Amino acid sequence: MRNPQLNANGELTHLLTLEGLPAEVIRHILDTAQPFASIAEREVKKVPLLRGKAVFNLFFENSTRTRTTFEIAAKRLSADVINLNIGASSTSKGESLLDTVDNLVAMNADMFVVRHAQSGAPHLIAAHLNAHRRLHVHVVNAGDGRHAHPTQGLLDLYTIRHYKGDFGGLTVAVVGDVLHSRVARSLIHGLTTLGTPEVRVIGPRTLLPTRVEGLGVRVFNDMRDGLAGCDVVVVLRLQSERMKGALLPSAGEYFKHYGLTQDKLAAAKADVIVMHPGPMNRGVEIDSAVADGDRSVILPQVTFGIAVRMAVMSIIAAN
Amino acid sequence: MSAADNPDIPDAEAALVVLAARMRDAVMHDAAFVGIYSGGAWLAERLAAMIPGNHRVGFVDVSYYRDDYATSGLKGGARRSDLGFDVDGATIVLIDDVLYTGRSVRAAINELFDFGRPARIELAVLVDRGGRELPIEADYVGARLVVARDLSIVLSKDPGGLLALAVESTAGN
Repeated sequence: MRNPQLNANGELTHLLTLEGLPAEVIRHILDTAQPFASIAEREVKKVPLLRGKAVFNLFFENSTRTRTTFEIAAKRLSADVINLNIGASSTSKGESLLDTVDNLVAMNADMFVVRHAQSGAPHLIAAHLNAHRRLHVHVVNAGDGRHAHPTQGLLDLYTIRHYKGDFGGLTVAVVGDVLHSRVARSLIHGLTTLGTPEVRVIGPRTLLPTRVEGLGVRVFNDMRDGLAGCDVVVVLRLQSERMKGALLPSAGEYFKHYGLTQDKLAAAKADVIVMHPGPMNRGVEIDSAVADGDRSVILPQVTFGIAVRMAVMSIIAAN
Repeated sequence: MSAADNPDIPDAEAALVVLAARMRDAVMHDAAFVGIYSGGAWLAERLAAMIPGNHRVGFVDVSYYRDDYATSGLKGGARRSDLGFDVDGATIVLIDDVLYTGRSVRAAINELFDFGRPARIELAVLVDRGGRELPIEADYVGARLVVARDLSIVLSKDPGGLLALAVESTAGN
C-alpha cells in the first residue's frame, strides 16, 4: 500500500508520522519554515496563503502549547480556525470519530489538526478521507497516543539545524521517559533519516521500550556516560499521567539519577544545547538552573514551532 | 538563446543604463528601492549605486502572495522578505526584471502593505514585454520587446556581477 501521507506524485498531502518520510520531504519542510519565521516581525503578521480555508482543531486530548501554536500558525496563514471542544460535544453523546469527521467535511473543512489518545486516530481519518475521494481535505497529526508527534519532531529538527547547522557529525541524546514519548519516536526517526551519526537514548530500563536499539540508537542507563560529548540534549517530560504501574520508585529518586542538572550537563560539549518539548516538570526531569540557563533553547523551540507548523500546513494544503 | 545570438533581445547592461537614466531625474532623492526576488533584487542594488540620493534597498519575495498558490503550491524556496526601513510614509520604487502579466507586481504591492502604509509606490522594470492581465503599468522602463507567449525572458547574473537576458521556452512547464 502507498504511504497514506503522500499523493500519487509523492507529494505530502497529510502529515501523520516522520517514520518512512523521505529525507528530501523533511528538508523541504524545514527549508520552507525558515522564511515563515520572519512574518512575526511584520506590521501585519499574516500572509494570505490559506485565505478562505477552514482549519479544524480536533483535540481529543488536552494540549495548550500545541493547539495554540497550530492556531497561531493557521491564522498567520490567513485561514479560519475552528476549535472544537470535543469533551463537551457529540463524542460524549456517542458519535463515532469518523461520523464527526464526515459532519465537519459537510461543513466544508479543508484541514484537520488532530490530537488523540489513541495511536493511529489521525491515520484512520486520513485513510477514510482518501477512501472517500475527499482528496482536498488534509490531516495533520498533532500527537496520537504513544505513536507520533511529527510537528514536534520537525520543530526539534528545525531547532537543532538552527543552532548546529547540519546533522552530520552531531551526537544527540534523548533523555528520560522514551517509553511513553511520541515526541521521542518522531524525533529519533527524523534524526536518523537526516543522517545524524549518533543518536542516544538515556533512561532507566523501565522507561525505555524493549528493543529500542531497533530504532538505530545507542542505549545508556547512566546519565554521565550518555551525556559525554553530546552536542544536543533533549529532555523528555516524565509522563506520570501515562504511567500505569510502578515504573519508578519516586519523582525525587528519578531526579537524583536522571534529572538534568548543571553538574551532569558538564559531561556534554561546552556548546551543547538543551531542549525540552514542554510542559516541563522542574525538579523532576530538569533542574531550573538548566532550564533557565544559557544552554537552554526551550523557548526558541516554541517560537520555531509556529514557523514549522505554517510550513507543514502550507505545503499539504497545496498538494 | 542569449542576447548576443538574437538581436531582438536587449543587452541587459545597456537596458540598465537606460533605466537608470530615466529614473535619475524623476525619483525622489530618498525613495527606497525594493527589488522583487531574484532579478529585481540584483537590479535594486545596482540602481541604488547608479542613482544619486539616499536610496535604501529592500527585497521582497512574493511567493506567499501569488495568486497561483492553490494550483501550483509554493514554488522553489521562498526567501525572507527584508525591507530594513519603515514602510509607513515611505516613497518606494518597486523594481522587477520583467513586467509581463502584472501578477507579481500585484502580489508585491499587497505584501508591501502588510509592512505598513507607504506614501507612494512607483514601478521600475528592466524589460516590459507587454501581455498585461491586470491594470498595471511601469513608471520607468529600460527596454520594451514583444516575444511569443510560450517564451519566458530570464535575467541572470554572472560571478562578476554582469547581468544578461535570455529567452527560454516554457513549453512543458
